Amino acid sequence: MGKTMSEKIIARAAGVDSVSADDIVWVNVDRAMMDDILGPRVQIADGMKEIHDKVWDPEKVVIISDHYTPPASEKQAEIVNFTRKWAAAHGIDKYYEFQGPCHQIMAETGNVIPGSIVLGTDSHTCMGGAFGAFASGIGSTEMMGILITGKTWLRVPRTIKVRWEGILGEGVMAKDVSLYTIGSIGHAGATYMTVEYTGDTIWNMSLDERMCISNMAVEMGAKAGLMEADEKTIDFLKAHDADLTNMMAVTSDRDASFYTVKEYAADRLEPMVACPHAVDNVHPVSELTNQKVDQAYLGSCTGGRYNDLKAASRILKGKKIHKGVRLLVSPASTEVWKRADKDGILADLVESGATVLGPTCGVCVGVHSGLIAGGETCISSSNRNFIGRMGSKQGNIYLGSPMTVAASALQGQIADPRDYL
Amino acid sequence: MIDIKGKALKFGDNINTDIISPPQYMEMGIEEASIHAMEAVDKDFAKRVKKGDIIAAGKNFGSGSSRETSPLALKYLGVSAVVSVFFARIFYRNCINVGLPVVECEEAEKIGEGDNIEIDIEEGTINNITKQETYKCSKLPPHIMKILESGGLRNMLMQEYKENNNE
Repeated sequence: MGKTMSEKIIARAAGVDSVSADDIVWVNVDRAMMDDILGPRVQIADGMKEIHDKVWDPEKVVIISDHYTPPASEKQAEIVNFTRKWAAAHGIDKYYEFQGPCHQIMAETGNVIPGSIVLGTDSHTCMGGAFGAFASGIGSTEMMGILITGKTWLRVPRTIKVRWEGILGEGVMAKDVSLYTIGSIGHAGATYMTVEYTGDTIWNMSLDERMCISNMAVEMGAKAGLMEADEKTIDFLKAHDADLTNMMAVTSDRDASFYTVKEYAADRLEPMVACPHAVDNVHPVSELTNQKVDQAYLGSCTGGRYNDLKAASRILKGKKIHKGVRLLVSPASTEVWKRADKDGILADLVESGATVLGPTCGVCVGVHSGLIAGGETCISSSNRNFIGRMGSKQGNIYLGSPMTVAASALQGQIADPRDYL
Repeated sequence: MIDIKGKALKFGDNINTDIISPPQYMEMGIEEASIHAMEAVDKDFAKRVKKGDIIAAGKNFGSGSSRETSPLALKYLGVSAVVSVFFARIFYRNCINVGLPVVECEEAEKIGEGDNIEIDIEEGTINNITKQETYKCSKLPPHIMKILESGGLRNMLMQEYKENNNE
């Protein structure tokens, strides 16, 4: 019997020849990532002080202040300050702040290597699956255990294989692939499992696009959202000075055991929108008519990368956004910002009426820089539309592609980007 | 032996972490933030929950964020266990790690608001005293029981480190 990617990666991390789905094993962690909001300040600092206040291997720990940056209140400032000091006191050289959402920074700093185990205190850590790493979100107390021992236990997940074949039409993006898959599998349809994405559509995508898809695997309950590493993956990592000494590019064997295999045709896919208040409440954008928007958000670890900003600017360039709509743009990192700036993309967005924010998680999770009021509607290229997430519980969040966000900002209503190309 | 007995507080499917612990209050300590627990679906939750109460939910309780503030808030308010048809993965692990018992039960939806419930984690049974019914629920593997019996991962690691230092 062959093995899945997850089984191969976890077996290596457990130091055994082979494991099978549902086995429970202890693994060595290759990268332990913390952010500010759920990092040292929650249980970790106190707990370690009480038990053993030393990190098992500071080289393997990355800390990124991204949620409360730039701080909007004194409390947020204290949390970022605490995180920074804690990192320094524990010898963590890989500390980054104000540079963008942690998952993007993890990728750009070469900390997500094919075949490695990456665990982080944020549920979208699964984005690292786009690099063929077994990457997953964990809680703070579990992180505390890892920081002391370097190990944690994992139940080897079963795998749902998701195969996308064909070429995406004009105006249809990776985000639409992601939303359609989630609508099909359901909010809890991959709970405890790995979703492994494969097929021509995926292999034709850039890493920017692949990351958008892996990022949202957790929105189906998945533990990981894996993709095989290929030449593009290696090129991205080399361009970001990643140390590839210990990398292990794995593929699932043909005779591996899959929980199920899902097949989708990219050619027929339309731009999709996730409607309030669930990420699997997915409908073609063409079904949504007369849905007024107050805020359009282009940003986050899901929809704020270079290709996202570029795609949105194709729609917005030379036009003005609808009166009364605010378009907020937060590039996914300083690197993305610089590139988009150099290419004139940010200037085009600003010219159309956008407000450009620093790279941050603030808007997506409703902690600063652009909350919504009661009765307001936001169309967002981020990853979650749960009730109250971006501010008022009487507000509504729709999720769409960066192009759908751009088109909606122009029309003042949720709009089909294909009408603006 | 963990003895769990309390009144059921009933919830539906997909109660996510943004509902359990809204992100806007996360910069506060658990004491202040827990006042807002569940308020999007149950405005007075923090007021009506009593020490020992058991949450009886539908499917996929705890979906979304990795935030441990969700189980911590429930625990702080006095919730003694959560029953759901099945849980979102990270929430499930977080509950165990902070010492809040979680059991999966296919018949969780039969539990009514205010029912008196008794959970035997070792036997894998839920006794609905009010309705005089018994449901099967998940049993936890030994390594997880060990964490729960210690009162969470922090306590367990502390005991282990003490033992190692004494050797």
